[in-house]
Amino acid sequence: MQHSVSIRDLSLNFGNVKVLQHLDLDIAQGEFIVLLGPSGCGKSTLLNCIAGLLDVSDGQIFIGGKNVTWEEPKDRGIGMVFQSYALYPQMTVERNLSFGLRVSGMKKDEIDKRVARAAEILQIGPLLQRKPVELSGGQRQRVAIGRALVRDVDVFLFDEPLSNLDAKLRSDLRVEIKRLHQRLKNTMIYVTHDQIEALTLADRIAVMKNGVIQQLSDPHTIYNKPVNLYVAGFIGSPQMNMFNGTLNGTNFVAEDGTSISVATYDFATPVSGSTKAIMGIRPEHIVLGEESRSMPFSADVEIEIVEPMGSDTLAWTKIAGHQVTFRCNSDVVLKPGQKVVVGFDAGRGSIFSTETTNRL
Amino acid sequence: MTSETMTAPKIGATGAVEPRGAKPKKLTIARVGVYAFLVIAALFFLMPLWVMIVTSLKGLPEIRLGHLFNLPAQVTFEPWLKAWDTACTGRDCNGLKPGFFNSLKITLLSVPVSIVVAMINGYALSFWKYKGSDLLFGILIFGAFVPYQVVIYPLIIGLSKVGLFATLPGIVIVHTIFGMPILTLLFRNFFASLPPELFKAARVDGAGFWQIFFQIMLPMSVPIAIVAVILQTTGIWNDFLFGTVFAGRENMPMTVQLNNIVTTTTGVREYNVNMAATILTAAVPLAVYFISGKWFVRGIAAGAVKG
Ligand SMILES: Nc1ncnc2c1ncn2[C@@H]1O[C@H](COP(=O)(O)OP(=O)(O)OP(=O)(O)O)[C@@H](O)[C@H]1O
Ligand SMILES: [Mg+2]
Repeated sequence: MQHSVSIRDLSLNFGNVKVLQHLDLDIAQGEFIVLLGPSGCGKSTLLNCIAGLLDVSDGQIFIGGKNVTWEEPKDRGIGMVFQSYALYPQMTVERNLSFGLRVSGMKKDEIDKRVARAAEILQIGPLLQRKPVELSGGQRQRVAIGRALVRDVDVFLFDEPLSNLDAKLRSDLRVEIKRLHQRLKNTMIYVTHDQIEALTLADRIAVMKNGVIQQLSDPHTIYNKPVNLYVAGFIGSPQMNMFNGTLNGTNFVAEDGTSISVATYDFATPVSGSTKAIMGIRPEHIVLGEESRSMPFSADVEIEIVEPMGSDTLAWTKIAGHQVTFRCNSDVVLKPGQKVVVGFDAGRGSIFSTETTNRL
Repeated sequence: MTSETMTAPKIGATGAVEPRGAKPKKLTIARVGVYAFLVIAALFFLMPLWVMIVTSLKGLPEIRLGHLFNLPAQVTFEPWLKAWDTACTGRDCNGLKPGFFNSLKITLLSVPVSIVVAMINGYALSFWKYKGSDLLFGILIFGAFVPYQVVIYPLIIGLSKVGLFATLPGIVIVHTIFGMPILTLLFRNFFASLPPELFKAARVDGAGFWQIFFQIMLPMSVPIAIVAVILQTTGIWNDFLFGTVFAGRENMPMTVQLNNIVTTTTGVREYNVNMAATILTAAVPLAVYFISGKWFVRGIAAGAVKG
């Protein structure tokens, strides 16, 4: 299959600082890829390499099957949208949109046609004669997207496009970007450190840490079958609950001696004997109430803190000597100090080797 | 503190005033002191100007009476006309007029040339970084600290080798060279304060070195360019040293001629003419400041956002 974007053995150093090392990534035609990771892990650097704004130290970049490693940004068939919008402040919206086309010497009527189409898609028609200072944040980012749109490119690069917007606008524009992708079917590479954006938008998510892709998978797999402790901890809010302990055959024995059956767990690699391990279980996979008695593991616990979130409620308690949060229906009335029974099925959780931190 | 009594809440005839809306401004003793100091300082610095103006409007007999601060008993514009038209600068007796036009020529040529060069320099140094560009910038800034005297002699030799010594292009080149460090610093810092994404976006849009410069950066640098124009206009207009050395007899700037008028040793010392000539020479930089003061502050503020 022809890949839209292929990155082969890419390395990038800033002097002695190695930001990216031997990175490989293949992106299919029309795919929405999200690069997710904490601040400073090299997401923007990778995107700038793909755009041609940074010279790579080693490796190759292919876009549309063509080796573009040494090409100028304009010749790569990409459009880019930045967190800070980066609109040209002295130009009207219309001239912002048409700048790239004018620079390339395109004919006036073709320019007008493309600007009109972008304005229609993004609903910025009434704003065309305004300057960027006269626009709101959301409108500015729309114009910035439009600037990539008019160039009629195959690959869109987004560098945290929604990070400067308030929560409401962010979720509005998120849906709009998704709609745009469904309509245009371009390849999109989207950088963010917001896991909600990643999970909602992506066909596949690449979770990055220190310039290395930890896991590249669809959101469901990333969320439910994280390949290592880092991915498990990074995705999900509140965090996955973790128990330290030892794995003995079909039993996981926590540090305080509590035994949890893992008979239902689907091991990625067969484990023999006894190994130190970490078990993780997501807050929503812990069940509250009498029906949990029938789960592979259940325990009587005391509620410590209750956090009503509106749509659901978070409760804090202790299981097997570890601080644990679990999610329950917001209609359930819980009080601190209340004794309840909770349980879970380890088969829905994740087990990692303490030694390698990889999924078992 | 004594001012405390004055800032206490106002008590009206009907009792205590309920605080509401903007807090009323009150004149405290500290404030009065500040204003008094400012007024005195302003008077102190205006005093010489006052003396110059009144003296330049008096006839010589009245000046000899010695009442330095008095208004002229009889106003005469004779000294002004003489300073402009007929005062002797050495052997020629054409007043400041030729010097004025020489300075005008030198300034009108040097200001744009030096600013354009420095602007392109600053733009290239902040956006089109290449190996050694930071070093080059360092050397350039170091140039700001080299004493002029060290460079003058080599420069004379160099310019005469290419036949530009004591010519108009020669003096323009000299002003461009000496204005470069500070102006490049000014522009580089301004461009460095702009978001780098702006430049990246333009590159993705396919614009090259000059397209980005002319279509995006230039329109944004108007405030800082005005600062540069003010700095350079006043600096070049007030220049004496380079003018004497490099301009040549035909292009002697106004400052040099002013010096010649004031230091002429023949005949009586015409204080009124000297004063008028001095005010005439200072008029251009003064006018520039008055007209553009607002822009100056705005531009400096724009450039000072980030180092
Ligand atoms: N021009 C540069 N010179 C030296 N180091 C740099 C440069 N640009 C980035 N870095 C370093 O490279 C690393 C990755 O930076 P990058 O901007 O790619 O992070 P990021 O993942 O985009 O983070 P964020 O979410 O904060 O934008 C960081 O540690 C940063 O300090
Ligand atoms: Mg970044």
